[in-house]
Parts: sequence; C-alpha cells; structure tokens
Amino acid sequence: MGSAHSMSEEVRELVSKTGFSSEQIEQLHRRFKQLSGGQPTIRKENFNNIPDLELNPIRSKIIHAFFDNRNLRKAPNGLADEINFEDFLIIMSYFRPIEPNMDEEQLERCRKEKLRFLFHMYDSDSDGRITLEEYRNVVEELLSGNPHIGKESARSIADGAMMEAASICVGQMQPDQVYEGITFDDFLKMWQGIDIETKMHVRFLNMDAIALCH
Amino acid sequence: MLPATLPLLGMPLPGEGAGVAAEAAGESVLPPAGLALLRWQWHEVEAPYLVAVWILVASLAKIVFHLSRKVTSVVPESCLLILLGLALGGIVLAVAKKAEYQLEPGTFFLFLLPPIVLDSGYFMPSRLFFDNLGAILTYAVVGTLWNSFTTGAALWGVQQAGLMASTVQADLLDFLLFGSLISAVDPVAVLAVFEEVHVNETLFIIVFGESLLNDAVTVVLYKVYNSFVEMGSVNVQPVDYVKGVASLFVVSLGGAAVGLVFAFFLALTTRFTKRVRIIEPLLVFLLAYAAYLTAEMASLSAILAVTMCGVGCKKYVEANISHKSRTAVKYTMKTLASCAETVIFMLLGISAVDSSKWAWDTGLVLGTLLFILLFRALGVVLQTWVLNQFRLVPLDKIDQVVMSYGGLRGAVAFALVILLDKTKVPAKDYFVATTIVVVFFTVIVQGLTIKPLVKWLKVKRSDHHKPTLNQELHEHTFDHILAAVEDVVGHHGYHYWRDRWEQFDKKYLSQLLMRRSAYRIRDQIWDVYYKLNIRDAISFVDQGGHVLSSAGLTLPSMPSRSSAAETSVTNLLRESGSGACLDLQVIDTVRSGKDREDAIMHHLLSGGLYKPRRRYKTSCSRHFISEDAQARQDKEVFQQNMKRRLESFKSTKHNVCLSKSKLRLRKAGRKKKDGSADKETPNGKPHQASNLPDTAAVILAVESDEEEESDSSETEKEDDEGIVFVARATNEVFQEHKVPGSMDVCPSPRVIPPSPTCAEKELPWKSGQGDLAVYVSSETTKIVPVDMQTGWNQSISSLESLASPPCAQAALRAARPRACAPPRGEELRDPLAALATPAPEPHAGFTFTPSLAKAGRSRSESSADAPEQQELQPLMAPEDHGCLSPGTANARWLIQFNRAGRL
Repeated sequence: MGSAHSMSEEVRELVSKTGFSSEQIEQLHRRFKQLSGGQPTIRKENFNNIPDLELNPIRSKIIHAFFDNRNLRKAPNGLADEINFEDFLIIMSYFRPIEPNMDEEQLERCRKEKLRFLFHMYDSDSDGRITLEEYRNVVEELLSGNPHIGKESARSIADGAMMEAASICVGQMQPDQVYEGITFDDFLKMWQGIDIETKMHVRFLNMDAIALCH
Repeated sequence: MLPATLPLLGMPLPGEGAGVAAEAAGESVLPPAGLALLRWQWHEVEAPYLVAVWILVASLAKIVFHLSRKVTSVVPESCLLILLGLALGGIVLAVAKKAEYQLEPGTFFLFLLPPIVLDSGYFMPSRLFFDNLGAILTYAVVGTLWNSFTTGAALWGVQQAGLMASTVQADLLDFLLFGSLISAVDPVAVLAVFEEVHVNETLFIIVFGESLLNDAVTVVLYKVYNSFVEMGSVNVQPVDYVKGVASLFVVSLGGAAVGLVFAFFLALTTRFTKRVRIIEPLLVFLLAYAAYLTAEMASLSAILAVTMCGVGCKKYVEANISHKSRTAVKYTMKTLASCAETVIFMLLGISAVDSSKWAWDTGLVLGTLLFILLFRALGVVLQTWVLNQFRLVPLDKIDQVVMSYGGLRGAVAFALVILLDKTKVPAKDYFVATTIVVVFFTVIVQGLTIKPLVKWLKVKRSDHHKPTLNQELHEHTFDHILAAVEDVVGHHGYHYWRDRWEQFDKKYLSQLLMRRSAYRIRDQIWDVYYKLNIRDAISFVDQGGHVLSSAGLTLPSMPSRSSAAETSVTNLLRESGSGACLDLQVIDTVRSGKDREDAIMHHLLSGGLYKPRRRYKTSCSRHFISEDAQARQDKEVFQQNMKRRLESFKSTKHNVCLSKSKLRLRKAGRKKKDGSADKETPNGKPHQASNLPDTAAVILAVESDEEEESDSSETEKEDDEGIVFVARATNEVFQEHKVPGSMDVCPSPRVIPPSPTCAEKELPWKSGQGDLAVYVSSETTKIVPVDMQTGWNQSISSLESLASPPCAQAALRAARPRACAPPRGEELRDPLAALATPAPEPHAGFTFTPSLAKAGRSRSESSADAPEQQELQPLMAPEDHGCLSPGTANARWLIQFNRAGRL
C-alpha cells in the first residue's frame, strides 16, 4: 500500500473512520492480504479458501453480509462484487467491543448498529422486513448442520418463531390484521433485555497467532 | 426440641435429658410380664426417627416463614433458619442442660453437602459458566489464596501487636490454617442469598462459580496447613512446600477428572435404560454421589467432582432419559438440596448455642471480621482490575462492590473448624467462636443488607423473561457469525474453540453418549422449540375445564370453570375406567346434548389428561413404564401445542376460549388408537336415558343461542372460526404438514391414527372434527387470518340472520365444518353415507320456537353448545357451499391433506 508515509496517512484515516487502533488495522491488513492473495480487493471466492469456515452452517449468509451494500454503508441495497480493505474494516468494525467510556447515547447507537448488521443478514431482499420466507431460509440454513432435522421441522420452527415475533411486536392482533414481517423496530423490540453489546464482539487484539496459524 | 416433644409422642417416661437413656431405663424397670400389648421400641428407631423429625421441623419452619410474604421478601430464608436454630438450640440447652444435635462435620460433608452441590452443578447454566470461566477461576484460585494468606498473616500481626488475649495460643501456621478455612466463600450461603436477590446472571455466575470452585483451594490449603501444624512448623521441609503447591493441582484437577469420568459413565448408562425407565433418576443420583464419595476417598476436591459431574453429564442425560424421569430428577434434586440447606442452617444455629466449645476473644473476632471484609474487597478490586484488561465486557465498580459484599461464609467453614484437632491447635475454641461469629455475621448481616444494597446501587438485575424461540434463533445465528468472523480474521479465540468443541461433541461425544433416537433430533433450537410447546401445552391443559365450560357460553371470558363441566369431567373419569361396551347405546342414534358434551369432554380429556389414563392400561408393572405411551404422549402434547401456538397468535379476548376448545376437539379426534375405541365408548352412556326426553330441546337450545349471539355481537360469530390463517395462494396446508414433519424426527415415527369414539364412528356428526385449520402459505409470506375473508361473509350473513331465522346463517357456517371433516378412514365412509340420511332431524327441531328451546335448555347443556353447532350444521345445508368460497376452498385443502396423512 504505497510508501510508509502514505500508509500511515491512510491508517490515520481508517482509525478515525472505523475506530480500530492502528495496531489492529495493521494486523487486519496483514490478514486481508493473506485472504486476497495480495490483491487489493477480496472477492467472494476468497472466502472459500478459509478452511475453518467450511463447517459453518450459515456460511453463505455470513459471506453475503460482507458484500452487502447496506453493511458497507454504500447503497440501500444490492451486493458489491468485491470489497477493498476499507470495506473489510467497516464490516469488522461491527464486531468491535464497546468502549468502556461510552455514554448512554453512544451505547444505544452502537447497539443499533450491531443489530442492524444482524437484521440485514435476515432481510435478504433489503425491503426492511424479515418476511416469513426469509426467516425460514435462515432457519433452514441454521439447522442444515443436522441431517436428521428435515426442512419441515425447520419450517415449523421458523413459523413458530414468526408467530411469536408477531405476538411480541404487535401484541393483540386484530382479526383483519396482517403481519407482513419483522421490521427493524420489531427486531429491536425482540432483542430487548438481551445485552447484545456483551455478546457481539470479537477480540481483535493480540492476533499475533494469525501468521502462525496459516 | 426433641426431648420436649417426646412426652407429646407418648413416651411413658417424662424423664428429662436424653430420650434414649430414659427409654433404656424404662425398659429395664418393666419386667416382661407376659405378652405386652404395646411396647415402645424407641431405641430401635431412634436415629432415623430423629433425622426425620429434624427434617420435618425444618420443613414446617419453612412453611411458616413463607406464610408471610413480607418477612421473606426482606429477610433471607437462611437468616430465619439460623435464628430458628438458635431458638431451638436454646430450648434444647434449657431442657437437656447440654447441647445436643449439632452440625457434625461427618454428616455435613457426607450427606448434607452433596445434594446442594449436585443441584447447583446440574442446573448450572453451563454456557454462562464457561463463558466466564476465566474470571471464575481467577477469583476462585487467586482470590482464595490471597484471602487466606492475607487474613492469616494479618491476624498473626494483630496477635503480635498484643491486641489479643494471651490465652490465644497460636503461631503463624495456626493463623494461616484459620485463614484458609475462614476465607473461602461458601456455596450454600451464597446460593441461599443470591437466589433471592436476582442480580444479573454474569454477576451471579461469577460469585457462585467462585464459591463452588474455590473448594479445591480451600481443601488443599486446609490439608496442607493442617499437616504442617501436625508435623510442627520446625519439621516442615522445603520439599513439603513444593508438595503443597503440587497438591493444589492434584486435588483440583483430580477432583474435576473424577467428576468427568463419572459424568461419562452416567451419560453412557442412561443411554441403555430404554427398557427400565424407572431407574433413570436413581442412576443420576447414585453416580453423582459415587463421584462425590470417590473424590472424598481419594482426598480430592469432592465439591469440584460433583460440580463437574453435574455440568458434564446434564446434556446427555437430559437427552437420554424420559420426560418423566427428567421431571423426577429435577424435583428430587431440588427437594434434597432445599432440605439439606434448611437443615444445615438450622443446625448451624443450634450448634452456636453450645458455649462449651466457645472461647471468646474480642480482638480475634473483630480482627477477623475486619480482615475478611477488607481483604475480600481489596482482592476483588485488584483481580478485577487485572481481569478487565482482558475482558471484553469489563466488570464495573458496582459489580465489584456486590462481589466483595457477596462473599458469604457458611457451613463449610464451620465444619472445617470443628474438625480441627484441639491437641494440635490449642486455639481451636477461639477459632470456633470466631468462625461462628463470622458465619452469622455474613449470613445474617450481609444477607439482610445485600438486597437493599443491590437495589440502592441499581445493580443490573436479571430480568426473568421466558426464553423465546426468536431469541434462541438469533443467538445461534450470532454464535455462528462470531465464529465465522473469528475465522475470517484468523484469530483463534474463544468462539473458535467453542465452535470446535461443539463440532467434536456432535461428531463423537454425542454419538457415543446419546441414544440414537435422541441424538438424531438433538439440536438446541429444536429443543427450545419443543420445550416451549410443552410449556404451552401444560399451561393449556391446566386450564382444561375452563376452556370447555366457556366454549358454549355467551360470556366467553367467564373466569372460572362451570360446575357443569366439572361434573362431566368426574363422570367421565369414573366411567372411563370400565371397559364395558353396551352395544345398544353405541348404535343409539339419538343425539343428546349431554351425550355430545360428554364426547367432547372425552376428547378433551383424552388429549389433556392423556398420561394418567394411558398409564392405567399399559403399565401395571412397577419396573416398566411403557415407552410407547410416553413417546406418544410427548408427541401429542407437542402437536397440540403447535396448534395452540399458532392460534395464540390471534388475540381478541373471547376468541381464545372458543377457538381453543375447538382446537381441542379436532385434535382429540385424531388422538386415540382405534383399538382403544371400544373402551372409550361408555362415555356419556348413562346420561342418555335421562337425556332422551330433552334432546329436541337441546338441539333447539343451540339454535336459540345462536340467535342471541348473532344479535349481540358480530365478533363472536367470527370467533367461532378460531384462528385460521389462510394462504393467499394456498398451496400447501401448513399446519398439517408440519405435524408429520415433526414426527419424522421423533423417536418413534409412527403417525397415530385418529380414533373416534364409537359414538363418533357410528354417528359422524358427533365428532367435532375438522372445524379448525391453521394455514400459512408457503408462497406468499404474509399471514392472513382467514377471518378476514370468512368474517366478511359472516358479517353479511349475520345481517341476514337478523331478519331471517337462525338456520339460514347456521347453514352458511355449516359449509366449512362439513367440508373440513376429515374422512375417518375408508371403512367409515359407508356408515357416514348411510347415516347421513336421518339428517333432516335437526330441521324438524328448528320448527320449534326459540323460546321453547330456551325453556328446555339447562345450564350444563349450554356448555356444549358451540361444538354442537358445528356438528349439526353440516347436515342441514350442504347446498350453501357456493356462498362461502374462501372457506370451502380451504376446506378442500384440508380434506386432501388429511387423506394424504392417512395414507
């Protein structure tokens, strides 16, 4: 990425943009290079080279999320073909642990950001709603690891979850009411009481082991 | 207490003092003059009798405490029990002139402690525990070491400074020994207090996990110092210190290993108990206890062993054992633990009264109190500071305060101090007194104040929300995402290893330890789904009578069961016992309201109260509980719930009751096996004779009722449909597919053929089946209550019904139920067709005026009204199909599906 000077300039920019420390950024950059095979961008195929990812039942959804324009804050929908390092960092920044000195407002925003990422993963057609069909898709993938649980069961689980979501979010449904899907507000409602900020984070520090592993 | 009660029990000798002595004396005085009519043999039953009486006293005390909500909400139960123990001890002391019934270390360690530890280990939220394992281990190992060293050393310093009486003869080693036993946080006390405080789960698991795991450290320190003291401090070689450190690892890791080995055996054993379900709960307790005793025998950490055994085996055991065994294990475990805990605290109180063991020294007592509080707080702050460097979610100051303050000491410390050898530790009496004061102070003072403190500090409380399916799904998604991100980042962190472990578990461990049928459906999401359904079913069945009674009433929100429903329940229960089938009545074609009501009741019971009935018939053996019945019952409950969950989606108040009952009806129809039909027939038979006269009236009652309804409210009409979701483009009947789907993965994938009662077989209109279906489309993703569509038709029709007699409207409604009624097997086709001919009967009934009908209607009969409507109407107006297009369309789907399911 150019000379040392421009690198640090770039890094500074990235630090302010994503909140990672320059140390972390360097480490992530190393990893990025490793994944992309020295190219400036990563394509979907690059993710297939990660051996550990293969066993993940929702692998395709996760990889998808990396290329989702909504997550990349580029466009309200659609998929990017390839992502550069900055995009990679933006995606990664969703998984940053919360800072201890955040105030309530920041905390709330951080929480929403994280949830939005998750929401986008469910909402594959970017219409702002998790419809039953989309929900079923995710559940089917989740359960795909167990060959003994058929699609039917996965469906019934998704349906049950949808019912539950409807009863949580709308409460008393009128007979003529139609529940079209889980909106983001409903999604927030469902996550109430669960501290996502205590869960959705990955340790980015101390990644010296990376190079050794691969 | 006991000597005092003995006279009440009829002891012939009112001798004070030990009852045994008095009894022995009494027997020797009485000459064996011939055959004694009555003989007291107190000494033969003494020991178990005393145990039983103590437990009884403790349990009664518990009941008394909980009579007043106010008291228990402020004062923790452990405090009350200690105070009660003090009072009882005082009475014993006053009566017997010497202290009796103390907390014996042997009893405590061998009998009282294991159930509590097993309970806490088995029901430990393992995910939470392992998520915080680092912190827990730090506090348990480093914290306990720190506490014991500093407390011991500081006390020694106090003695050196001359603040203690010279009678306290102890050197540094003695103080370190004392420090080791006094510094360990006690799991029993912590559990007793924290369970009532409800702090957030992370905080709870850290404090509680620490109290469990620090046992290893305490045991090691205690034993090492004890042997040093016994050797004499001058004889201790440097190599002994090394051994001491090594023993820390041996004791803790060894204890954990013993626990895991037993957990493995336990899981493996339960895999093969399919034919002897009855011993499953016993196995759990036996093997866990064996783990405890084995560890104790090898002088390893027994608490750690049982904890690990409980944590390790739970997943597999729960999957292997039957549902009933699971409940049995749960309740027995909780009962034993609560029992042991109660007795421990009470005995602690009683033991404190014995002043002969006491030796008070103000300096020592105050010093100890001060130091344990101070060093605990200091230790917590220091360790948390270090831990927070690594923790992604730091523990804040408030957490630290609660953790420091929650360091309660309890019976373990007391038992250990009693175990000291007085010849080797001359200051034992002082230590005993101090320990008692410390235990009382921490349990009573800290226990009392921790609740207000938590409130005042606004500690994040745990919100006891029920686990929801969505939550489980999201969290799973989450785990996978995090693991994936770690993979992408290339950092092999916690999520990575957890993921690895889960895969290993799935591939090897679970296959080995789980019974195949259980392994196949093993999935956490599925589990939660299943559990939620079971829970719903239970809560639903709990209100069984209520549902039915409100079914036909115009006040659907009626809060309590009607007496009518109750009587028929009892009737039914009584009658279902007899296996006689009176053929005359089977072919009796007269439809009485009572008859129908009973049939409904029967179905309701066969659905809701399935378990007891099944048990009657199939399991006469004490050693075997029919697996078949068990599996079937689970499945049914499960299926019912599916429907109910779908149904609960809808909401208007009266709906719930009405549609519920109908669901039940339909469900119930599919329930029984054909073979059992003969036995079931007698339902309602005895009523028939008496009901014959008012049959016509009853039928009319339905219709008049109908009219009232249509006049009064629109919604109730619609309600009759229950909740029905219809697909916009109905391609697939969701509900019906789902059930078989779920069964495929159930242990015995046998579709239970619905079996109607005989009456239903012969008289198709007696079955209330098929009146409700739940659909969700597969194509469109929108869920549309069918009421929207049928409701429209109905609102029109009800307008008409204002002008015209109710039968018009009833006919309209008829279309759906009839069409929906699933074919009851091929052989039933003919009777159905044959019996359809007497159909005009209800029409005849309509010629009566509604007022007449009302006169003939009794309260009890009205409870069956709603089902009757459905049962009658199909016979009245089949030609009305056309006007209810959406409904009939659905109905057709249902029929098709049912056929498929049958085939």
